[in-house]
Amino acid sequence: MFGRLAASRFGGLAVLAAIVLVLPLALVNNYYYEVAILVGLNAIVCVGLNLLIGYAGQISLGHAGFFGLGAYGSAILTARYGWPPFAAMAAATLGVALLAWIVGRPILRLRGHYLAMATLGMGIIISIVIVTEDRLTGGPDGMAVPPLTLFGLALAGERLWYWIVGAGLLVAVWLALNLVDSPHGRALRALHGSEIGAEVTGIDSARHKVRVFVISAIYAALAGSLTAHYAGFITPGKVTFFHSIELVTMVVFGGMASTFGAVVGAAVLTMLPQALTLFKEYEMVVFGAVMMLTMIFMPKGLVPTLASRFAAGRP
Amino acid sequence: MSLLSVEQLSKEFGGVRAVADLQFSIPAGKVFSIIGPNGAGKTTLLNLLTGVYTPSLGRIHFADRDLTGQPPHVFAASGIGRTFQNLQVFFNMTALENVMVGRYLRESCSLTAALLRFPGLGRSEAATRAECEELLRFVGLGQYVQAESDAMPYGALKRLEIARALATKPRLLLLDEPAAGLNPTETLEVDHLISRLAASGITVVLVEHNMRLVMGVSDHILVLDYGRQLAEGTADEVRRNPRVIEAYLGSDTAAAAAQGGD
Repeated sequence: MFGRLAASRFGGLAVLAAIVLVLPLALVNNYYYEVAILVGLNAIVCVGLNLLIGYAGQISLGHAGFFGLGAYGSAILTARYGWPPFAAMAAATLGVALLAWIVGRPILRLRGHYLAMATLGMGIIISIVIVTEDRLTGGPDGMAVPPLTLFGLALAGERLWYWIVGAGLLVAVWLALNLVDSPHGRALRALHGSEIGAEVTGIDSARHKVRVFVISAIYAALAGSLTAHYAGFITPGKVTFFHSIELVTMVVFGGMASTFGAVVGAAVLTMLPQALTLFKEYEMVVFGAVMMLTMIFMPKGLVPTLASRFAAGRP
Repeated sequence: MSLLSVEQLSKEFGGVRAVADLQFSIPAGKVFSIIGPNGAGKTTLLNLLTGVYTPSLGRIHFADRDLTGQPPHVFAASGIGRTFQNLQVFFNMTALENVMVGRYLRESCSLTAALLRFPGLGRSEAATRAECEELLRFVGLGQYVQAESDAMPYGALKRLEIARALATKPRLLLLDEPAAGLNPTETLEVDHLISRLAASGITVVLVEHNMRLVMGVSDHILVLDYGRQLAEGTADEVRRNPRVIEAYLGSDTAAAAAQGGD
């Protein structure tokens, strides 16, 4: 039943909305709320990243950079220049979109390993800039971020943020589902299937790649900005290469070309390190192992693999 | 009236001239075939005519427009569709979705309309779906509408590419070896399909090794050898041309073959 619901256009969204609504019953204290919020924020990034990786078939190992720029953009504009948080969030996101557009035009001409290397380089440059520009960013120590305010009221507290992030995630998923199920979404999947086939069918591959790169960067920047205002403090830890790898692992594990797969991947791999806090130093090893095992045993990822199992098992 | 014309068209790959100094024009509404031995430059020529390769020299005019140097999607938008010898099917999609991709060019849907799912989109998607199902039936793939393309047989995939190309509403359709790897029954179906396409007013360019098919459907044939224009004319003219026979069979047997017919 779940499989069939998730397969229909709004069924999956309805299931996700129901989970978001019911979940607080299981969240017994603030720590659980914190983890749920973290899951939601990562899921927003992954839903966007999945449009790029899963649907359009273009890799990015630099999305933590966009996430970080969204976070630090918001932080710097509010803390250092006194901007209203929502204006800062919009400006930071717009700035990241512009950067992604400028960077994306040349680097999306590259394919495979070369694109991976170029995005990796971009992410590392962003990370270095954030660490070294310590007068603006606080350097490795991080910086405090004012809370989000609405009509003069500060939005704070885990419970409130749970609903903000939950609503944000639902909107993010809704937009992604709409995009995928449209002529533009088909164009992206066609690019993944055969770039030359798509081109001679009239699809401007360069334009579509840059567009989806910008969209995925906007998702990351918005999640970054939300994270900064929610946590009230940010450090360069979230802008590292390792965070980019974490995000890609979530997408691949959850399921390429599956929006709900991205959400599930983000949920599982955000909670896993929380459950394994004793092995904190081995987090990278765990992520590496998850990536390898996924590629070997279910290259399509968790959700698509389960979905096809369900479909095959049904009489 | 010529639909497509090329002047002094050449393509070099690191000093090797794959196509050299071609000059021909393709009349509208006809079946125009390009034949030649392996390595004669036929596929290179198709790649030039669809913008996949940029010519080293020469120009390409299509419907009074100079398309030289444009990217493939501009060729497609101008009305040139094609299929591939080595399939370029979107194997991550169903047969119907493959064809629906072909309608992208003829649909007007802004990114905002797609993201916010404007009400009109549902209706235009339903229309696109219906048209593309019709195209699948037209090429004889009615039973594969819902099929995943990676589960379809080879012969069906060849026709799926034709349906996808037709979805772009081409005025000129280039078919790269549509009968390669097909059994005689399937080849006959392709034969009929090409005739129906021509009858519907689409100009067809056919690259094919199956001579029976070529001689049967072509109005005009261009023969290439080592990237150069060897001969041009109707099926009968080409069949009797001694240079063509020599290129295919070698000079020793050319005389004998000329007497023996095809």
